[in-house]
Amino acid sequence: MSEHSPRLDRPQEAGPVLSVRGLSARIAGQQVVHDVSFDVAATGVTALLGRNGVGKTSTLKAVMGLIERSGEVVLDGARVDAERTERIVCRGVGYVPEDREVFAGLTVAENLRLAERVGDHGTSPARKRLVADLFPDLTQRAQQRAGTLSGGQQQMVSLARALLNENRILLVDEPTKGLAPRIVSEVADALAAAARTVPILLVEQNLQVIDRLADRVVVIDAGRVVHTGPARELLDDQAMIQRFLGVHAENEPAHGEPVPGAAAHGKGAHDQVREAATIAEGGE
Amino acid sequence: MSTLILLLVTGVGLGGLYFLVASGLSLIYGLMGVLNFAHGSFLTLGAFAGLAAAGAVGAGTWGGLLLGLLVGALTGAAAAALTELGLIRPLYNRHIEQVLVTVGLSLATVALFEGIWGPNPRNITGNAWLSDTTELLGARIPNTAFLNILAAALVLGGIVAFLRYTRYGLIIRAGVENRSMVTALGIDVRKAFTLVFAVGGAAAGLGGVLAAQSLNYVSPHMGASLLIFAFIVTVIGGMGSLTGAAVASVVVAVLQQLANSYLNNSGDLIVVLLLALVLLVRPSGLMGRTA
Repeated sequence: MSEHSPRLDRPQEAGPVLSVRGLSARIAGQQVVHDVSFDVAATGVTALLGRNGVGKTSTLKAVMGLIERSGEVVLDGARVDAERTERIVCRGVGYVPEDREVFAGLTVAENLRLAERVGDHGTSPARKRLVADLFPDLTQRAQQRAGTLSGGQQQMVSLARALLNENRILLVDEPTKGLAPRIVSEVADALAAAARTVPILLVEQNLQVIDRLADRVVVIDAGRVVHTGPARELLDDQAMIQRFLGVHAENEPAHGEPVPGAAAHGKGAHDQVREAATIAEGGE
Repeated sequence: MSTLILLLVTGVGLGGLYFLVASGLSLIYGLMGVLNFAHGSFLTLGAFAGLAAAGAVGAGTWGGLLLGLLVGALTGAAAAALTELGLIRPLYNRHIEQVLVTVGLSLATVALFEGIWGPNPRNITGNAWLSDTTELLGARIPNTAFLNILAAALVLGGIVAFLRYTRYGLIIRAGVENRSMVTALGIDVRKAFTLVFAVGGAAAGLGGVLAAQSLNYVSPHMGASLLIFAFIVTVIGGMGSLTGAAVASVVVAVLQQLANSYLNNSGDLIVVLLLALVLLVRPSGLMGRTA
């Protein structure tokens, strides 16, 4: 993987696009995020990492206001933690949830039309062209019900819904989960293309995808931030990977069988180490 | 033979009334997860307001009937929208409290209607044609049955077109599937809640005026008695499914008519048994999604 230059072709902007300070969140009375603080830079990809069940998905949901939360969420310098989800989204936050969450009974075209927004951070003709170029499959399948699409195609719909708008940031939750290796790389391509125009906060289990996309990492353990820094520093340090992510950087994943999302097939021997270091098991 | 035809057509007509109430119940439950026990009150209020309006321009005339239907629908819509804004919205996402508040509203409004209009049914001056019958294949069918069928078909077509071809219809269909994802696309789903209440209230108010024409009276309790069957229809059809509500309305009403005629007035019993059967065999209803 080359250096980060393709994604940092814009000058680094002064402050972070998103700052989270002392964020806590509860689901059904149970605290799942504990006093989490981190920044998302205004360019490139920041990966939110950690073992399964440590609160990565909950952190994204808390930022979105989809679950009960406390603490500060600052977007473009403005506090948004008291706002309702739809207001936060209209400030330019694109959300690609875990498990796609496409509307199964609606057609692809209807899924996309629903996602179109008006206003400063809304849909533009240029954005529509970008989506059409990135996902030609979706144009062909416009009248197909989203529930009949494959997992990979549903992920494209979910990504397209976020990319249709002039967002300030994308929150993308496990976009390669449960996808075949070939589809994983297609999704990574699309995210790499998106990252050239909008900063991304990415939750991802697949270390190969993280290696390809991430500039910086934020590691969470038991609902708390335990490490932040450049992505390369973490990926080059097998001890750190083992400690923070609970995977052995050897030929076998930590807990036996490879799992969906673990792209570890048909690659050269020198890639084996990194590929095997895919975090085992499914979602949170 | 002619008796059977009479029972079938009047059954479908009664099904039309059930559907006018059940369509709103089903949409509201599907989108918001709220069982609206106050829905019968929208019907009763629509009936009284519609008949008052009809009386003002001439009870029994066609103009009076049309104005009555319009005013009934508008009154139902306004009452429902106010209920959503004033009582349901402040309890956002607290479904049990929302249901309880509709129960309270239904009890309070019936008492209020009794206070205003008296507890007893009042006879109405019906339209001359509606009070008559039309012969169809040897059976003499009350004309109200045809009006009910027509109105229910128009409402069904209207709601389907609204859901399919408008942006709010799209939002409602998506919201029935996954409400939180709709908000995560930047859409204020609460506007759709108010709209669904208003549409449901309009259908119920229309149903109130039509029910009064069929029964030849208005009463503070007419909403509550229709609501029971509308709930049964909604559950049998599948909560949240409009097509399910339409199909179940006709099935329930026709079965009820046939049982009342051929099985010693056992229509209500048969309907409850059908409900039990559906709940045992297919708990999500005829066209409900398996949760």
